[in-house]
Amino acid sequence: MSHAPLPFPDRRSLPPIDQVGLEERAARFCTRSLKKETKMEALRLAVTMLDVTTLEGADTVEKVRQMCAKALRPDPRDPSIGPAAAVCVYPRMVKAAAEAVAGRIHVASVATQFPSGQMRLKERVAEIRYAVKEGADEIDMVISRGQFLQGDARGIYKEIVACKEACGEAHLKVILETGELATYDNVRWASEIAMCAGADFIKTSTGKVSPAATLPVTLVMLQAIEEFHERTGRMVGMKPAGGISNAKLALQYLVMVREVLGASWLTPDWFRFGASSLTNDLLRQIRKQETGRYQMAGDFSKD
Amino acid sequence: MSNHSFLSGGFAPAPESADHIDIKQSYDHFIGGKWVKASARRTTINPATEAVIAEVGEAGKREINAAVKAARKAYDGVWGQMSGAERGKYLYRIARLIQERARELAVIESMDGGKPIRESRDIDIPLVAAHFFYHAGWADKLEYAFPGRTPSSIGVVGQVIPWNFPLLMAAWKIAPALACGNTVVLKPAETTPLTALKLAELLEDAGLPPGVVNVVTGGGETGKLLVEHPDVDKVAFTGSTEVGKAIRRSVAGTGKRFTLELGGKAANIVFEDAALNQAVEGIVNGIFFNQGHVCCAGSRLFVQESIADSLVRKLQKRMETLVVGDPLDKNTDIGAINSKEQLTRIKELVKCGDEEGACRWETGAKLPRKGFWFKPTLFTDCAQSHRIVQEEIFGPVLAIQTFRTPKEAIEKANNTPYGLSGGVWSDKGSKVFKVGSALRAGVVWANTFNKFDPTSPFGGYQESGIGREGGVHGLGAYVNLS
Repeated sequence: MSHAPLPFPDRRSLPPIDQVGLEERAARFCTRSLKKETKMEALRLAVTMLDVTTLEGADTVEKVRQMCAKALRPDPRDPSIGPAAAVCVYPRMVKAAAEAVAGRIHVASVATQFPSGQMRLKERVAEIRYAVKEGADEIDMVISRGQFLQGDARGIYKEIVACKEACGEAHLKVILETGELATYDNVRWASEIAMCAGADFIKTSTGKVSPAATLPVTLVMLQAIEEFHERTGRMVGMKPAGGISNAKLALQYLVMVREVLGASWLTPDWFRFGASSLTNDLLRQIRKQETGRYQMAGDFSKD
Repeated sequence: MSNHSFLSGGFAPAPESADHIDIKQSYDHFIGGKWVKASARRTTINPATEAVIAEVGEAGKREINAAVKAARKAYDGVWGQMSGAERGKYLYRIARLIQERARELAVIESMDGGKPIRESRDIDIPLVAAHFFYHAGWADKLEYAFPGRTPSSIGVVGQVIPWNFPLLMAAWKIAPALACGNTVVLKPAETTPLTALKLAELLEDAGLPPGVVNVVTGGGETGKLLVEHPDVDKVAFTGSTEVGKAIRRSVAGTGKRFTLELGGKAANIVFEDAALNQAVEGIVNGIFFNQGHVCCAGSRLFVQESIADSLVRKLQKRMETLVVGDPLDKNTDIGAINSKEQLTRIKELVKCGDEEGACRWETGAKLPRKGFWFKPTLFTDCAQSHRIVQEEIFGPVLAIQTFRTPKEAIEKANNTPYGLSGGVWSDKGSKVFKVGSALRAGVVWANTFNKFDPTSPFGGYQESGIGREGGVHGLGAYVNLS
């Protein structure tokens, strides 16, 4: 369910972030050891949280269709796996994706001059409207990092409010592009602005900038979500994206969500992975758990 | 859903394998490079299961005499004469062997003492090796450690160590002693003797000359015999304040050098401008590290009143994610209480907290049926006069008080007979330095807690002891200066 925006937040109300302590805490999640049934459950859960993504200049309608087939049924031999939560494409490919998935899973579209965000708000809002009209029910927007870093936080707030309005019924995921925000305190502040402006999800990265998602930066955002929920009663979703390419890392993210936000966030409604190559590693690990044998990359189709 | 369901918060068992470790059924004393048959014996148990792991010796007068004699002989004949560079080689070799056998030592430490494998593997044993490496480096550079003075070795050192960090405390004691040219008689704690005995085996493999390090096991009486032995030149003790006081009385007038590292009741002060989520981690690490069996544990939490409610709520939420159980499971955060006696003491003090009117809260952790366990616990509404605020509990129990001004926080923090450690949490550097300097404690952590490093001196004021261990200051305790 979408919400009306809250007033522009007060930065002084946010706790500062200690980089050393934060990174230590994030590293602790990596020492959790998932075995047997716990591992299997988490692997299967991770598949259902995937935003299966293709964002290339070379994308074709055929490629998008193939990806949609993969997202709907990731492992043709085992219908109990998946489907993924959504497919995520450029606006021009939304129509093809929407036809292919036919309402069975979500269609997300990046918009607002992804990935740079370097365009006037007018054109960026128009892009959202176009994507929604083509059939997207989720919009992944990027904020204007330059404006944010120049100190115009209120401008970012207004920009997100405008995008949210343009989304209509579609869910809005706000990409902070944390790799360009320089400090964890900035990530915390940008998260707060996005949530108050009405973001349904906050998302780390476009995947086009390095570093993309990391455990510490995701931890900052999860704690922001937790504190926002505590204060307003509103749940906001989280989507780390970029750089999560293997199952082991994905499970570490899930452990972190479980320990910071609790099991109520462990559904595709509130947590997503933005990834393209993660799907097959999850499938390999699931089959390894089932058969006891390691699988080759070539055992699963790419698209 | 099963207990191991990911969505319900469980973990399937992930035990560290104990197949590769080698523990004998029975151990003797390591004296003069030989295993000398013990005349009396006691058992050591696994506190997580109460199963007997091995029998160890209970040293009496005869064995202590033999050990001190062997140490004296090694001091006069070999170690006291050896060049620093040669001593350093032995220490480097020991450090490397510890690294090679790290996994085995970690597993045994967790079996014998109850601490989670995550800590013994990631903290204790790496620090053990680090202490030997660090002091190996000093061995041939001692003359530079004390500008204008000439250091010389002391002689035979009697060392009595506690059960909370068995091998780490052995390293803290042995490494500087050997680096400075002294020989050692070490008595590990009665409930956790095994890793010290494994260390003795390792020293044999390292080819350390016979008698340079001797390991005798036993209880309090054995320790007393060692400390009071007339041919011991220096006593180093880590343990309870009560025993520390008795040792200080017994060495008075004997001319023996001594260092004592005793109890504590550290204040952890969180200001409203602190990085709160990281402070919560620091509080957890401060009091629940090693089941709270830590002399420098942050057992008194002072929170500025404006953030008290939200901080306690965050803390409770975090505590609910702590996994209590099998110390050998890789997901365990809180292992077993070290002994039945310690569990009894924790329970007694917690009961006292209830009776005195403090408000108790504990996590919903399910405790195993066998073994010694205690749930992570905190008290709010504590008064300075409560026993749970004044006395060292040495368990996973936190006493929380609030304060309004920095002055009040400092006053309350210093209002204790102890003075081992303290913590300050604020994002404002000037405040951290001001408050940190005002805390009367040997170690003060800023925006972190329970961090240890061989280069950093550790020790306390008042009833927390005398002398420092680690760093250049620690070397000073093992040399005579002229």
